[in-house]
Parts: sequence; structure tokens; C-alpha cells
Amino acid sequence: MSLAKRIIPCLDVDNGRVVKGVQFVDIRDAGDPVEVARRYDAEGADEITFLDITASSDDRETIVHVVEDVAETVFIPLTVGGGIRTVEDIRRMLNAGADKVAINTAAVFNPDFVSEASDKVGSQCIVVAIDAKQVSKEGEPKRWEIFTHGGRKPTGLDAVEWAKNMVERGAGEILLTSMDRDGTKIGFDLDLTRAIVDAVSVPVIASGGVGNLQHLADGVTKGGADAVLAASIFHFAEYTVGEAKEYMAEQGIEVRRT
Amino acid sequence: MKQKIVVVDYGMGNIHSVVTALEYVTDGQAEVLLTSQPELIQKADRIVFPGQGAAKDCMRELQTLGLDQAVLEVAQQKPFLGICMGLQVLMAHSEENDGVDCLGLYPGEVRHFGEVSEKGERLKIPHMGWNNISQTRLHPLWKNIADNSRFYFVHSYYVDPEDAALTVGECEYGLTFTAAIARDNVFALQCHPEKSAAAGLQLLTNFIEWDGTE
Repeated sequence: MSLAKRIIPCLDVDNGRVVKGVQFVDIRDAGDPVEVARRYDAEGADEITFLDITASSDDRETIVHVVEDVAETVFIPLTVGGGIRTVEDIRRMLNAGADKVAINTAAVFNPDFVSEASDKVGSQCIVVAIDAKQVSKEGEPKRWEIFTHGGRKPTGLDAVEWAKNMVERGAGEILLTSMDRDGTKIGFDLDLTRAIVDAVSVPVIASGGVGNLQHLADGVTKGGADAVLAASIFHFAEYTVGEAKEYMAEQGIEVRRT
Repeated sequence: MKQKIVVVDYGMGNIHSVVTALEYVTDGQAEVLLTSQPELIQKADRIVFPGQGAAKDCMRELQTLGLDQAVLEVAQQKPFLGICMGLQVLMAHSEENDGVDCLGLYPGEVRHFGEVSEKGERLKIPHMGWNNISQTRLHPLWKNIADNSRFYFVHSYYVDPEDAALTVGECEYGLTFTAAIARDNVFALQCHPEKSAAAGLQLLTNFIEWDGTE
């Protein structure tokens, strides 16, 4: 008995609809984030993360309604990321029923925002999302940098130093995505995960690259992650959250069974 | 008459989910009211006292709003459920913010986890996620909740009551700490039942059916 490692399904939401396709046989509308979130909750998800990828800021209000609707019937922690730039954005999400917000680009452009946000709403609500890419060459000691714009723009910021900086400023948790692995289905960048986990005192969620259940387990046992986040393996009903937990439990990982 | 459940609002943290969860389990059969008015708190049938954030800020807000006395009064009269900081500030004193005097309903200290466990392992702070609560004695609020069920926690400090008989639930994180206390009409817990799925909803259901005795 001890603290369980968490499994967090992630929904990419564009203008109020789940994108990247979700396939469950028993839900009416696979694009409805409320239905999908309920399904993950029923399967035993430990938290749910919504990533709002809506391009137009005019349409951002839709994610607020999504969170409100989900929070009415789903009683597990909910995180919302994407387009969080001001304390007002954060309050709007928390008032809608979110428990945490993930700050990404806004932290890179203005690190003080993380300090301000954690002062105003408490570190427990502030997740800093880090998109990192390996920049060291073959044979060199490994090094990763922060990238923005979906991994296209380098910032020159060292990922390990950046993570430490964010925690000093009040991040309560780090959501770490390997941009080299995102979408590849070949597994987490475990060296990156381990480097960040060892560098910071707060929980780290590993993300980017999950293609099978062994990858989830490796994120915990080899990467040292406190939680693992995945989208497509759950969306396409390749595996249920319940199956993922069974698999991890068989490998001796503490999980919450429902 | 519908019973009135008051959720004490002192501006500390995200307590909308507490209201939403109470509305869900009462399903229109009770009035759930979020308020910072002492007179409404005194008129309620049941009190839920949540809270997140730093001890110093919580105490300052309670005092500024004139809620410290109101909370202490109802904690001696009506079914009362403390959640997270709503448990911690019931103690006499907290180590947080270089030391803060709390409401002092019970003698005891609120302590920081420290970054190393009793066994010398590194601990991530905050203690965040789903952990087991071992029910150390029977209580009506544990009804239909399996012993060692997992609840959702987010905190860096834990309560250490002087009177060990207050403890009704324990949890392990680097050490064994008190995760829930109960005495007479008061029940208070460190985790978030409003975010603890079925086990948490059952606890809230038990609270709204509770007559305030053990």
C-alpha cells in the first residue's frame, strides 16, 4: 500500500470536439469530450487532461463549457491546458470545474507568469507543461532544449534547468513531453524523463510516444515518472485504462484498482 | 423542508467542485449553499469546511471575514466536515509560513513531510495522487467504503493531533500520518472526497445522512 502511479488519458479538443478520433463501441458521439471523459472515468482513469488546440481565441469559451459539463458528473481531477496566458484564464478554468491548469508557451515567454499564478491560486493548481527535444549529438552527453510551436521553434533553454526554474517559481507538477517521441508510438524518451524526475522535487507526468502498455510501465519503472499520460492508445480503443492498470500491476507497480 | 448544507467560502482555493459533488449526491433533495456569511453558516443544518492554499492566508481570510469564531461555534454544534485545509486549521498550530496559530479546536501540530522518508527515500512534495486510507476505527462516515480504499490527496503538510484517539484514518507517505479525524459531530479529512470518484462520493453521501454522533 502506497501512493499509486497515475494513468492520465489526454483529450485534444478543437472547438469543443475531441480530435484525433476516439473509438468506443458504446458511446453515441465519439467526438463529444463529455462522453469520452465519462467513459475514461468509468474505466478507472486517475485524472483526465484536456488540451485545447482551438486556433481562434474567440472560440476558447467552448472549452469552458466542456469542463463545466464534465465536472458535473466526473469526480476525479481535471486538468486543462492550451491557451492559458493570464490569471484570469486560470480562474475561468478553475471556476468551470478544473482542478489544475497546464501552462506551456506563456511560461516560456514570461516565466514570471508562473510565479504570479502560483501565488494567486496555489501551486497545487499549476502544472507547467514542458516540450523538450534532444539537441545533443551522437556520442555527446545527452542534452534537451525547450521548443515551442509544436516542436518547431528552439528557445535555447536547457530542459533540466528550465524544469528546476519552473518548480522554484511555484509549479506544483511538471507535464513533460518529448517532442522527438510525440506521435511516434515507440515509447517515452526515458533518459529525458529520468533527468527531469531527478532534477525536481515535484511530481512529473511523462508524455509523448506511448504505443503500448509496456511503454507506460517503462515510464514509471525506468523513467521514474509519477504519472503517465497517453492519448492515442486509449482513443483508438487499443487498450482500456483498466487493461493498462492490470498490466502495470503485474509488473509490481502500485495502481488504483476500481 | 429540505436540509441546508453550507459550504464555507473564505476565498481559499477551488471549492466549486465541493459544491458540485454535494449537489450530485443530494440530487435536489438538499439545498447546497456556498457562503462567507457567519449568520448563514449558523443557520445551516450541516457544514462543509473546505480549503486549499497556505495556512497563513487561510487564517488571515477567516479572521478578516469574521468566520473564525463562527466556524468554531458550529464545529461544536452540527454535523461538520473538514476537507484538506479545513482539517489542518482545526489544529492548534501549523509549521507552515514559519509558524501560524490556527483555530485550535484540537491540540496538535500541522507538520511538513520533509523531502526524505523515514526509510531514507526521496519524497516528492506535494503528496499528490491516490493513496490508501486505513480505517483505524469504525465511524458512520466509513459506511460502505472498503478499508484501504484509495482517495485523492494534494498536500505538503499533515496533521499530528496530540490525542491519538482523534484519528479515524491513516495513510502512508514516507511515514504514517493521520488522514482523517473524528470527534462527536466533527469529521475532517486530508484528502479530497469531491475528487475521489466512488469512494469520495460515498463519504459525502454518508455525511449528508449522518446524525452527528459516532
